[in-house]
Amino acid sequence: MVQCVEKVYFLCPTFHNLNNLGYPKYIYTWTVFNLGSDSMPSAQVEEYLKTIYDIAGKKGVARTTEIAKCLKISPASVTEAIQHMAKKGLVVYAPYKGAALTKEGLIIAIKIKRKHRLLEVFLTDTLHIDEKKAHAEACKMEHDISDETENALCKILNAPARCPHGSHISYCTMFVGTCDECNGATSSRKRRANDGSIVPITDLEPCEKGRIKFLRGDKKIVQRLSDLGLTLHTEVKLLRKAPMNGPIEICVRRTNLAIAREIADNIFVNMSR
Amino acid sequence: MAGCKNCGQCDPASKKMKDFKRVVALAGNSNVGKSAIFNQLTGVDQIIGNWPGKTVERAEGLLHHKGLRIKIIDLPGIYSFSTYSMEEIVSRDFIALEKPDIVVNVIDASALERNLFFTLQLIELGVPMVIALNQVDLMEKKGLSIDAKKLEEILGVSVVTTVAIKGIGINRLTEIIIDAIENKKLPNKIKYGQEIEQRLEKLIAVLGNVNTGYPSRWTGIKLIEKDSEIRSLFEKADPNVPIFADSLADEIEKIHGEPSGIVITGERYHVADMIAHKVFRDIMPGMKKRTLTETLDNIALHPVLGYVTAIMVIGGLLVWTFLIGARVSDFIQNFLTAIEQYEPVITGTIQNIIWNGAFTGFVAGVTLIIPYVIPFYLILAFIEDSGYLTRISFMLDRGMHKLGLHGKAVIPLILGYGCNVPAIYSCRIMETQKQKTLLAYLVTLIPCTARTIVILGLVATFVSIWWGMALYVFDILLIIVVGRIAFKVMPGESVGLIIEMADYHVPSLNVILKQTWARTKSLIIIVFPAYIIGSAVVQALYAFGALTPINNALMPLTVWWLGLPAVSGILLIFGIVRKEMTLLTLAVIFHTTNFGSIMTPVQLIVLALVSMIYIPCLANILAMASEFGWRKATAVTIAESGTAIMIGGIAFRLLSLFM
Repeated sequence: MVQCVEKVYFLCPTFHNLNNLGYPKYIYTWTVFNLGSDSMPSAQVEEYLKTIYDIAGKKGVARTTEIAKCLKISPASVTEAIQHMAKKGLVVYAPYKGAALTKEGLIIAIKIKRKHRLLEVFLTDTLHIDEKKAHAEACKMEHDISDETENALCKILNAPARCPHGSHISYCTMFVGTCDECNGATSSRKRRANDGSIVPITDLEPCEKGRIKFLRGDKKIVQRLSDLGLTLHTEVKLLRKAPMNGPIEICVRRTNLAIAREIADNIFVNMSR
Repeated sequence: MAGCKNCGQCDPASKKMKDFKRVVALAGNSNVGKSAIFNQLTGVDQIIGNWPGKTVERAEGLLHHKGLRIKIIDLPGIYSFSTYSMEEIVSRDFIALEKPDIVVNVIDASALERNLFFTLQLIELGVPMVIALNQVDLMEKKGLSIDAKKLEEILGVSVVTTVAIKGIGINRLTEIIIDAIENKKLPNKIKYGQEIEQRLEKLIAVLGNVNTGYPSRWTGIKLIEKDSEIRSLFEKADPNVPIFADSLADEIEKIHGEPSGIVITGERYHVADMIAHKVFRDIMPGMKKRTLTETLDNIALHPVLGYVTAIMVIGGLLVWTFLIGARVSDFIQNFLTAIEQYEPVITGTIQNIIWNGAFTGFVAGVTLIIPYVIPFYLILAFIEDSGYLTRISFMLDRGMHKLGLHGKAVIPLILGYGCNVPAIYSCRIMETQKQKTLLAYLVTLIPCTARTIVILGLVATFVSIWWGMALYVFDILLIIVVGRIAFKVMPGESVGLIIEMADYHVPSLNVILKQTWARTKSLIIIVFPAYIIGSAVVQALYAFGALTPINNALMPLTVWWLGLPAVSGILLIFGIVRKEMTLLTLAVIFHTTNFGSIMTPVQLIVLALVSMIYIPCLANILAMASEFGWRKATAVTIAESGTAIMIGGIAFRLLSLFM
């Protein structure tokens, strides 16, 4: 990872004409200046990594010409930039073949993708900016927002599963398994977040709703549940529980399902309040 | 439609030209009205059987339209093409390998996303298809409306809106089907997320070398989902393919942090959601008031009232059956006795005895099926079609768990009270082989109408109604005990209940009649011949004197152990063919129907008890054998005979103490 100690954060006002939407004239964004970098700003590095990831995925190799085409830059300057990044250990570069991401490069790329998509959701859903514009805006903002902002966005948007264009938003890159843990970005929140907002669906009371976070258990059963519409991040409503630990009835995607208690205990939801 | 068969308007020459068979498959989720569409399309030309070698029902019918004869196959109702159940494997193999001309995808409009999820999988299979958007009336009641044209546009296939139970839209659907058979229009390709499509492309590129018969895109997706069946196909042919597929799947798993199968499912649902979002025209507010289903469920699924309702409905069903049944049965018997004596004859010429045997078998079949079984199944089909049976499943699921079964098992168990034979066939609704076998075993212990007649005729009439009830209760306890033991002993896996709680609706007469007919049909095919041939053979054996030695040989068992009269050896042998024969034979041997005068109450109870539990009747054994093989059928027969004899002996000794 890029060393955090080398970064200094400045609060910079950026002009946005949002008056007609009733939002403040200035939106303050975190801008990162990577002091450790000699010739390339971090935003540019991130843009390269993101492009390679888009073209080649995790393990594949992106050809220099393809990258150049995507970024609308000459192949020569792409080569130069990539060689520079290879020195920093972000990519592996083979002349005439192209560049592949290293583990460090990949982590940054996924993180940028995540920030990008979260921003897109925020811009379209909360600020009601149209999708195309949101994409362009997000492209600029993604390099500037801090991890803290990223997490705050994720939380305020209710941990969205997808960007407006339908791509998956990956799990936050913090080393946590659940959003529950992730919520503890600040210590005061940590306590509240840990009070068990992710619960087995059987813990809900009738008429309470939740979003599916995990499906635990036998692969076949998990597949069956997903087939019936219980996919991750889907909202479900508990309708009733049969007495004596009998099955529960839930409503998902406008159909009602009865599920045995021991299966339902493995469906974890995040309670929507 | 069926009506076109004899219209004679078609030119004979062109008719001959067109007269070759096309195959159309109906596919869709459960509870979407697929069977209703099947019935509407095919009329009476139906063959209900099993898929070869599988305990999965196969329904086949003929659609006649303007001289064309089209074979319609009603595939089992499924939610996905995974390998969760045999139904899913049967369906996907049929569509992918036997390549029907077109697939009619029946969709429940009121649960569009989940149904589209299945549609997307059909599209993956790349088959020519049309869509029947069914139950649009229910959807409108929910305040929703779908733009069928838009859906047609997105999917690239014809969409017909139907209300199958009322026959609305069926003519149009028939035309579209015929059209589609000519055009074979393929649906639009639907793409999933980029990270999946890219890998899929790479995988499909290496699939070319192995010919599985399945379409390559579908195979690729299945390999990424790590589908065990498809993997094993490749492991033999080209082991590198599954390894490569796994590496791709692992990449996807890394990106999403979820198993690849779940990722793909998520993708499909995501696409389904987007399509649904586009085609839902408007949601009328105010329409979403409390529905009838919610109101009824507040009673039917109430922690206390729910059980009361369940007991009242099932109890009422049984009581009604016997109130109606006894009268109708008397009437038919009187009518048939006028033609020929229906009581078993065990003396006279051999021809007479055989003829009498066959005839009594026939009468017994008629007086059992018409008055008891048919009304029972009619009322049951009514309850089932209304949607109430799933509520009973929900309420009784916990109890069924103790037997290694789940709520759905309630249906065969209740069916068993009518006749065990269709009940054994209905065990197909369970998911695993273990559960199917276990349930069928328990079903054979359910006192069917024939056994109920024995209990009523021997115990309720001549001892007391309470003892009759006690036998019923004892039987239920026995099922619980035996079920628990069998569950522990039997190998295999059990899965829990996952069932859709469909909305209540007013049952359709058509569906009720078809359902009843489907169940009665198995009686006619298996029970009738077994009765007629079995009765003739047993009586002939008796006439040859073959039964007397058996009777004597059974003496230690019947007289010493069970404390019954010596003739009960014959009774029990006759009872193998059909249980209520015990009663008739007893009447013939003693020339009286007042059984109270020839046997003590203890003997009556023990006889009823033993006939209730021992060897399931011949028809039952045949049904078991055809579903589960002779080995299991024999094992069940032996186990039940042993149990019956043991319990009978103990009951005789215990009851003798105070009666």
